Amino acid sequence: MTSETTPSQQGESYLDRIRAMRRVRNARERLVEGILFLAAFFAVAVTVAIVAILLYEGAVFFRHVSLVEFLTGTQWTPLFENAHYGMLPLLTGTVVTSVIAFVVAAPLGFLIAVFLSEFAPPRVAQVLKPFLELLAGIPTIVYGYFALLFVTPLLQKIIPDLAGFNMLSAGLVIGLMIVPYVASVSEDAMRAVPMALREGSYAMGATRFQTALRVVLPASFSGVMAAFVLGISRAVGETMVVAIAAGQQPNFTFDPREPAATITAYIVQVAMGDLPHGSIGYQSIFAVGLVLVVITLFFNLLGQMLRKRFREVY
Amino acid sequence: MVKTDLSRLRAVIAKNRRWDLIFGGIGLLATMLGVVVLTVLFVDLVIDGWSRLRPDFFLNFPSRHPERAGILSAWVGSALVMLVTALTAVPLGVAAAVYLEEYAPKHWITELIEVNVSNLAAVPSIIYGLLALGLFVYLLGLGHSILTAGLTLALLILPIIIVATREALRAIPVSIREAAYALGATRWQVVSNHLIPYASGGIYTGVIIGMARAVGETAPIITIGALTFIAFLPPAPFTGDPPAGPFDWLFSPFTVLPIQMFNWLSRPQAAFHVNAAATGIVIIVATLVMNGIAIWLRARVRRNLKW
Repeated sequence: MTSETTPSQQGESYLDRIRAMRRVRNARERLVEGILFLAAFFAVAVTVAIVAILLYEGAVFFRHVSLVEFLTGTQWTPLFENAHYGMLPLLTGTVVTSVIAFVVAAPLGFLIAVFLSEFAPPRVAQVLKPFLELLAGIPTIVYGYFALLFVTPLLQKIIPDLAGFNMLSAGLVIGLMIVPYVASVSEDAMRAVPMALREGSYAMGATRFQTALRVVLPASFSGVMAAFVLGISRAVGETMVVAIAAGQQPNFTFDPREPAATITAYIVQVAMGDLPHGSIGYQSIFAVGLVLVVITLFFNLLGQMLRKRFREVY
Repeated sequence: MVKTDLSRLRAVIAKNRRWDLIFGGIGLLATMLGVVVLTVLFVDLVIDGWSRLRPDFFLNFPSRHPERAGILSAWVGSALVMLVTALTAVPLGVAAAVYLEEYAPKHWITELIEVNVSNLAAVPSIIYGLLALGLFVYLLGLGHSILTAGLTLALLILPIIIVATREALRAIPVSIREAAYALGATRWQVVSNHLIPYASGGIYTGVIIGMARAVGETAPIITIGALTFIAFLPPAPFTGDPPAGPFDWLFSPFTVLPIQMFNWLSRPQAAFHVNAAATGIVIIVATLVMNGIAIWLRARVRRNLKW
């Protein structure tokens, strides 16, 4: 090295190095942001994929079956020689089990939410809530076992002519299963009610019961409704309990004592069999799956709308 | 005059107090019902299945003879599927959550992603099965394999991990971010050196809850056509003849615990129902332990975090 570097030249090269480092750093930042965006956008891709696959596979089915027969027919026998493709029996099965589940879950979930948010001392609530969470974490297959081999024999002692597979037992157990969910969403809504409203009510001499029903409930009404609606959506989509305990025979009836198949139970039944990919019977599970998605999507969007409303008030 | 008013007032107060007590009692009963159901369910399973919970139950393959049947292929299958699920869902879910919480500008694309995440959380699990059947099994040709099942469950628990990670990130005060930015840190440096480590407790909680959900999930796995009678294990890397490649097990047929339980439960013989109950105990203990750890971890994180 013959030429001396002056201090200012040293500073220049130092700055150059910093600039180079910054370029690398900025490029890395942009790359990372791009990757993270793709990961987030993946959620949209999954939704699109669900709809696309159901339409794509269901299209084969609807080339052979008219939409009118599909939606209004009362016989569902796609796997038989003399095939009928009316999905009403699957719908009645789904509706009956979901209604029973709702009748169990709505009042219980509501009472639990009121109790935990308004009545229970914080310490008691802290002990009880994890139990509800554990209950919510039990796999549905275990609930199915419970419905078939515990609840049904129990019910048969009360209702002697109850079938071994029946919608009543399946509906009741689904109801118990979604209680923790309904309770936790309702409780969230009640907790979001500002303390000042309660304090105002108590200052007027109201009891906890009066405060809960006349102040907290009206203020959190849309949130509680959201819990109910989202609960129904869960009941409609529940699969294993009905597949195990309600039997898998499509049955056009509203009598909960009888066995019947729901949309979900039918999908399980076909998937367990060995029908070739591409046959109408096989493609029919995508068609009924499409109906299931539409129903649950309706309830989910409704529920999310209601939920947003209670969040925006305060 | 004053006296009668006072007694009427007392009566009203007494009535209101009574209602308060009655309603509190009903609420307590309703809540205890949850505890009772959990207990009855567990006790019922234990009574039915305890006799089969011997070491050979875990070491035997399924069999036509109920007393010789075991869950070896099922629990190995469950473990491998969980591995695939965790390796896919955790990085993807955490990345998506970081983007939505720390990067996303407020515009319609972000809004669209938000709506989709909350909606995916509510899509029935069997629909994920149909998606996987059409996409993974037939379009991509992955077959009825461990890989397909793992990816399917990963999609299913993705929203759980995203929501938990976002909540954990949101709980970190803005001042932490401001301090790091003030020192010249870039966004990714703030995220990777500060936010993710501080949020790790919450992220672990979400991951464990998601995995507990995946362990017991049955419907989507049935839909992708998992076989119920599997009397062999997936090939271990570099074993067998010709030797299996390091990833051959990914494409192996498999069964998982809930499918095995469903299979035994669907049979008419009561002896198989005992096996189903024993499998149920294994599943329920696994999920209760995982959920218990998650609840404990969350409580600890909340207690220790004092910003």
